[in-house]
Amino acid sequence: MNLINKPLIVVENLCKGFEDGEVLRNVSFTIREGDLASIIGPSGCGKSTFMRCLNCLELLDSGSISIAGVTISRRPGQVPDEKMLDIAHEIRSEVGMVFQSYNLFPHKTIIENIMLAPMVVKKQPKDEVYEQAMKLLDKVGLKGFASKYPSTLSGGQSQRAAIARALAMNPRVMLYDEPTSALDPELVGEVLQVMKDLDAEGMTQIIVTHEMKFARDASDYIIFMDNGEIVEYDDGDILFTAPKSERTKAFLRHFVNTGVA
Amino acid sequence: MKKLTIFLVLIILILSSACALQAEEQKELSWGGDSEGGFPYMFPNPKNTDELIGFEVDIVNALAEQMGRKPVYVNNAWENLIPGLNRKLYDISINGLEVTPEHKEVVNFSIPYYKTFLQLAVRKNDNSIKTLEDCRGKKVGTLKESFAQELLEEVGDIDIRTYNVEANTYEDLANGRLDAAFFDHPIALYSAGFNPEIKFVGPPVGELEYAIAIRKQDKELLTEVNKALVALRDSGKLREIYDRWNLWTPIMAAEFNDYSPSKIEASRYNEWAETHRPHLTFAKRIDRYKDALPAFGRAAIVTMQVSITAMILAITLGLTLAITRVFAPKWIASIATMYIEIVRGTPVLIQLFFIFYGLPSIGIKFSPFWAGAIGLGLNYAAYEAEIYRSGLFAIPRTQWESALALGMTRWQAMREVILPQAVRVVIPPITNDFISLLKDSSLVSIITMVDLTKAYGQISATYYDYFGPGIIVAVIYLMLGLPFVRFARYTEKRLAAVDKDGKYGHRENIYRSSTRYI
Repeated sequence: MNLINKPLIVVENLCKGFEDGEVLRNVSFTIREGDLASIIGPSGCGKSTFMRCLNCLELLDSGSISIAGVTISRRPGQVPDEKMLDIAHEIRSEVGMVFQSYNLFPHKTIIENIMLAPMVVKKQPKDEVYEQAMKLLDKVGLKGFASKYPSTLSGGQSQRAAIARALAMNPRVMLYDEPTSALDPELVGEVLQVMKDLDAEGMTQIIVTHEMKFARDASDYIIFMDNGEIVEYDDGDILFTAPKSERTKAFLRHFVNTGVA
Repeated sequence: MKKLTIFLVLIILILSSACALQAEEQKELSWGGDSEGGFPYMFPNPKNTDELIGFEVDIVNALAEQMGRKPVYVNNAWENLIPGLNRKLYDISINGLEVTPEHKEVVNFSIPYYKTFLQLAVRKNDNSIKTLEDCRGKKVGTLKESFAQELLEEVGDIDIRTYNVEANTYEDLANGRLDAAFFDHPIALYSAGFNPEIKFVGPPVGELEYAIAIRKQDKELLTEVNKALVALRDSGKLREIYDRWNLWTPIMAAEFNDYSPSKIEASRYNEWAETHRPHLTFAKRIDRYKDALPAFGRAAIVTMQVSITAMILAITLGLTLAITRVFAPKWIASIATMYIEIVRGTPVLIQLFFIFYGLPSIGIKFSPFWAGAIGLGLNYAAYEAEIYRSGLFAIPRTQWESALALGMTRWQAMREVILPQAVRVVIPPITNDFISLLKDSSLVSIITMVDLTKAYGQISATYYDYFGPGIIVAVIYLMLGLPFVRFARYTEKRLAAVDKDGKYGHRENIYRSSTRYI
């Protein structure tokens, strides 16, 4: 953790609801460049919605999100206009997202999956993109899988390929929405390792996870969410050993009791 | 987008030129008839099925010559001859049209050019039937919904069997399925007059008058035609035609007040009788089929042209509809939905009739080809649209989201991620649709086009033979569809890289291989 790094992500009073009720209530927090933050919390607490709002897959209802100098803000009740949607698109291209179910494009090989966005969105020349993609595959340990189709990969391999695909767009921040939840236990490690390596390289990352041990060991800080709010927000060791809130205590106790941690 | 615009402009150009061609009028006498109208009225020449012959064809040609005009033939289904006349497809119609009160309400008729009667026919060795009354309790075959059927019903107690095809009736009479056949004399003569197993019995029954139908407003043309008919009668030209076709009967002698013996040979009838004597050898049949092949070939081209044009239209419009339904604002999307529901919910046959016969009354007139292609195209577009839509929805939403998350615009995500996957999903049903369209194209035969189905009708009616030509036509349809089936298989396999994971093999075999272990 580097205390002199400036904030890369600033979220203020973020609210988001759907037809059946409010999901996020006045969420505010800041993440500095190079940090790795983990978000934990019970199912349905709004973790995933929070992630989807951060990269504007869901448009916020009100509040503001600022990522790498691009700011999207909305007053309550404001109708989104073209300009707001353009900003949302701009934010999306600064943010890499990795999903629980990998979502690789099944009609393309692994290397094509990685090369697609840089070529289509950034219009980079093919040779250049290919070289970069091969480097990324090497980084996630999938060099030999370039010409394979996603359906032939294991879950862990797929998720690593998905990370490489997101990295190919040179994002300023990487978001992971429960990246290991769909994996067999023995495959979780390889994916987490990639994230640790990225952290060492100085990548800013936010991870929604149930891997408490990883959250505690690897994160610069941990965000505990419950019922659409950020309940606690602290250094990993502090939050796990001396939680301030009763809700955090209850949640952590549950994990200890069930042995999942 | 640019390509689409060019395509649309082309379509409009072709359409307008097609309309312009129709509007062009020289000193012609266009006449409507049904090439399947039957012998001896008009039918394809058995020796050269592209040539239309028949005593009515001879009459029209003589009439046009008398009027100093050039005859132009327009083919139409018999039951649509009068609607087609009022739709201005042709100037006059002649094809065994009887002067009935119903007809007289919508068109005018010339003076009759031919009068005939109904003829009873029985097997050679059957002496029990001499008149209609003798038919009580017996099986009598006749044409469906004809004057002859009415007369039989009046007699009562007759087991009436109605047929669509006269040839079948006489076959059934010869082989004992019927006791008698009761038809217009010309039909009877050309069906069985030369058949040694059948004889004609009884006096002439009833009276049938054939006349030329002309639109109500064309009063001058009516006068012109009548004058020409009188002139042809007085010059003996009409009688010549009837003699040649062996159709000069005592009724005609009385009608024309001409009791002189025939001076010329019934050459046309003799030709007919020669080629239609029963019990053709197998080799001779094959020879006939060979003669018919060019006609089938041309008809196959028509079928393909209509089908492919309709399919291009269906795919383009279908895509537009699907995209509208999925992406457009709700009220525009609901228009697309309404179109799809209406078009899918009404028979394509009615749509074709409406486009060809209905639209001209509000000034929109298409050539038969374009009416057929547009009708089928508009119809299939509705089905295509639903296929594309379901193809789009078959791709999980997460694919769309991950494309957007990678910074793609909506259009890029559509083009690079969703559509390529959707295409794989929709290829089999689209092929299916095309094959179905190929067969549905047979419906254009009702709007005067000679496609494969029409050719089958024509050639079979000519040869008296629905067996061989039926097999030929079926084979041609199969062969036309085959390349598309093959193409679809090929693309499906080529695009199925997704499933080639070695573990399960091609998608097609998933269930097959798994059942092995049950």
